[in-house]
Amino acid sequence: MDASVRNNVKAVRRSKEDKKVFRKQLKASHTLLKHEGISTALQPTKSLVVANGGLGNGVSREELSAVLNEMGELETLIMHPHKPYAFVTYRSEESARKAHIHLNGKKLQCGENSVTLYLSYVDSVTCEKEGSVPLPEGLVLVENFVSLEEEAVLLAAIDWSSTNEDVTAQKALKHRRVKHYGFEFRYDNNNVDKDKPLAAGIPQECLPVLEQCVKNKHIDIMPDQLTVNQYESGQGIPPHVDTHSAFEDTILSLSLGAKTVMEFRHPDGRIVAVVLPGRSLLVMKGESRYLWTHGITPRKFDMVPVCDPQSPAHKPDLGTRSNLTLNKRGTRTSFTFRKIRHEPCRCAFHSACDSQVAPSPPSPPSLPCCHADAALLEEEYVHRVYDAIASHFSGTRHSPWPRVCHFLSSLPPGSVLADVGCGNGKYLGVNPDVIAVGCDRSVALVQICAERGFQAFVSDALSVPLRTSSCDACISIAVIHHFSTQERRLAAVKELVRLLKPGGRVLIYVWAFEQEYNQQRSKYLKDQNKEHPEDPSATENTPEESQEPHEKLSIHSSRRSEDIYRPVENMQDVSDGKLSVHTNRTAFNTQDLLVPWHLKEGKKRVEEKSGEGGKKDRRKEMSKKTSGNTCSAYSLSSIAKLDGNPDPSPGFDSNMSSGSHLDTSDVSKPSPSCDTSQTSSSTLKLESESSPAPVYHRYYHVFQQGELEQLCGQEAGVHVQSSYHDQGNWCVILEKDLGR
Amino acid sequence: MKLLTHNMLTSHVKGVTKGYPLLIKATEVKVNEVDFNPQFVTRMIPKLEWSALVQAAEELGQRQDLPDELVPEYENNEEFLKKVHRVLLEVEVIEGCLRCPESGREFPISRGIPNMLLNEDEV
Repeated sequence: MDASVRNNVKAVRRSKEDKKVFRKQLKASHTLLKHEGISTALQPTKSLVVANGGLGNGVSREELSAVLNEMGELETLIMHPHKPYAFVTYRSEESARKAHIHLNGKKLQCGENSVTLYLSYVDSVTCEKEGSVPLPEGLVLVENFVSLEEEAVLLAAIDWSSTNEDVTAQKALKHRRVKHYGFEFRYDNNNVDKDKPLAAGIPQECLPVLEQCVKNKHIDIMPDQLTVNQYESGQGIPPHVDTHSAFEDTILSLSLGAKTVMEFRHPDGRIVAVVLPGRSLLVMKGESRYLWTHGITPRKFDMVPVCDPQSPAHKPDLGTRSNLTLNKRGTRTSFTFRKIRHEPCRCAFHSACDSQVAPSPPSPPSLPCCHADAALLEEEYVHRVYDAIASHFSGTRHSPWPRVCHFLSSLPPGSVLADVGCGNGKYLGVNPDVIAVGCDRSVALVQICAERGFQAFVSDALSVPLRTSSCDACISIAVIHHFSTQERRLAAVKELVRLLKPGGRVLIYVWAFEQEYNQQRSKYLKDQNKEHPEDPSATENTPEESQEPHEKLSIHSSRRSEDIYRPVENMQDVSDGKLSVHTNRTAFNTQDLLVPWHLKEGKKRVEEKSGEGGKKDRRKEMSKKTSGNTCSAYSLSSIAKLDGNPDPSPGFDSNMSSGSHLDTSDVSKPSPSCDTSQTSSSTLKLESESSPAPVYHRYYHVFQQGELEQLCGQEAGVHVQSSYHDQGNWCVILEKDLGR
Repeated sequence: MKLLTHNMLTSHVKGVTKGYPLLIKATEVKVNEVDFNPQFVTRMIPKLEWSALVQAAEELGQRQDLPDELVPEYENNEEFLKKVHRVLLEVEVIEGCLRCPESGREFPISRGIPNMLLNEDEV
């Protein structure tokens, strides 16, 4: 409604429209009282609260003050961040009266949205004088670091039209576009390939800027990596800490183009918004680089202080934090200069440090050269680890692999099956018509098998205490890659063959060096890439819900396939003979390595998965299956049946394991195992609440194509019936020759 | 450990040639009821070392009237199959140990699980 029209009808009687405005104004003042504790005054004063005229409604200081100024000279205009109202104080009460009459019900067009203003008198204006918030420790902002001319030169140096992504690794991320120089920063593992520099180094045009940075002591050494991000209005970057192990301390970020607001967040909850004007240099060091996250919220407007001299509403006497307005974002290009780090990070901020939170073992072991060393290595880096992570591991190993199941289902009824390295026993019940027995080196895992009602014992795969030629079939799933010498891997195959009857078959799975085969990445790999690849906070733990450790760790991006097929000789990490620690989700650099296992995160995940919904379904499944197909399996359990008080040890994951097993197998389970599952789900909860996240390292020898067949070929009296690649594993089926 | 498993287990201590069958010294034995599936038991019998089963049942005091020799045409002998079913699948050793008949090495059974791990010098 037009204010002048309203003025004319004022004296006579309230029009319908006026009544509506009046009602709304009353309502607005009630709302303010109720939600904000602002009491409006009945008598006119110099100050008014302007409902709907706030930064929180998308109203900028400029827009509001323009309207308010029409009614008289302003003394103050206070706009609190995120609030849907503003406070205005006029020099005179008369001006305030005018505003109250003319602006009530006034529609204000602000960009795309329009708001209707409702004004009420207030006795006093709350103007909290919040002191200015200090910048995070170690953060320096240098305004006008480059000239307009330099800015133009730098922006022109970046060729976004280039499609040769190998040179500068250009990416269109969900929320921005990005280009890398010197080294590519990879969003899948949040690290850089330090031995794989990009063809394009930092552009020449940047050198004067960098030299200036060194000269001004913003940084000690010349950076060797540049990431250029371009943000359109409305785009941003999630809060993150630049990976400690990837880059040295100082990070330089040059802002070009439009101004934006970067938020720094401390783990204790503090948030500091830092306005980054165009042509400014942000220097992040120490705490601000290592501990505070920084990010840019994707939005089209920022609240910024009005200290900008270009702002028409600039008043020197306005309170600090209330002295805000909205800034419409334009296109901003940032140049982030970093120095690649070649040693592990040793910063003081352990909680945020990937070098220190997930530490390498204090002194990584060397690849063993003798039998005794190998046994020691496996004891520490395989056996102890599995015992320590057993329940968590078991919780992540619930889906039997289809092709293993296929092998098991192909066995004739009454076949004797040995699962050597049976883990939590997920294959022991797949075919209920076979006589299945499992063994594992890990006492904790064998106990899980027992909880599930399977027959299993503790033994080493190199010396299985079963009668020679007693088995119709054996399986060895994800076991032999844990032996650290060729001799021991062969001995493991030999032991499997010994157990077989003539004509018996063994299925062997080992983890493949080639995590991509025939241009096929595993299903799990593909799922991974659906996650926000640009989100740097989604690092650390690879989800452990894959079928086996294999897939979980097999993540690497397709473009790296060129460095997979290197000959064996070049692959050993020759640095100092020490085993290298594998970075989760990257391609393998060596065949012998240590793979980290992050304990805590996974436990949480297990807990989530054992939620009510899933459990009910499984229970239904169980009762259905219990009624039919009664006694068929040797694996049929009776432990819980008569043992009126099932009391699984804390951490036993019988819930997960037994439940999901039923989905794929026809094993009949006595119903009391449901009780077991309930008990264990509550123990899991307790566990996940305790202790920080320990990291364990398991030794692996990943097999190259053909290596498994070659290994098995050394064993006489057996032949390879078939071999294949399955989801990042090499697999063979061996058949023991007849007449042996 | 059920006696079916025991029937498959053997001592694997270095140098031992007659490590089978393992002697059972049980301190806790349970008999749990398991649904009877004659077909499954029939298929199991040819896989067994019969004398070892009889000996194991004897050691646990669970032999009852299980015969020394496998009866002919047992597949149609439900009474016999039930006896075999009982000793193979229902009798379980919860605590105790398995003893190598040749070397005397004992392998503990705890919570129903035999631990057959050998020491370095036994492999």
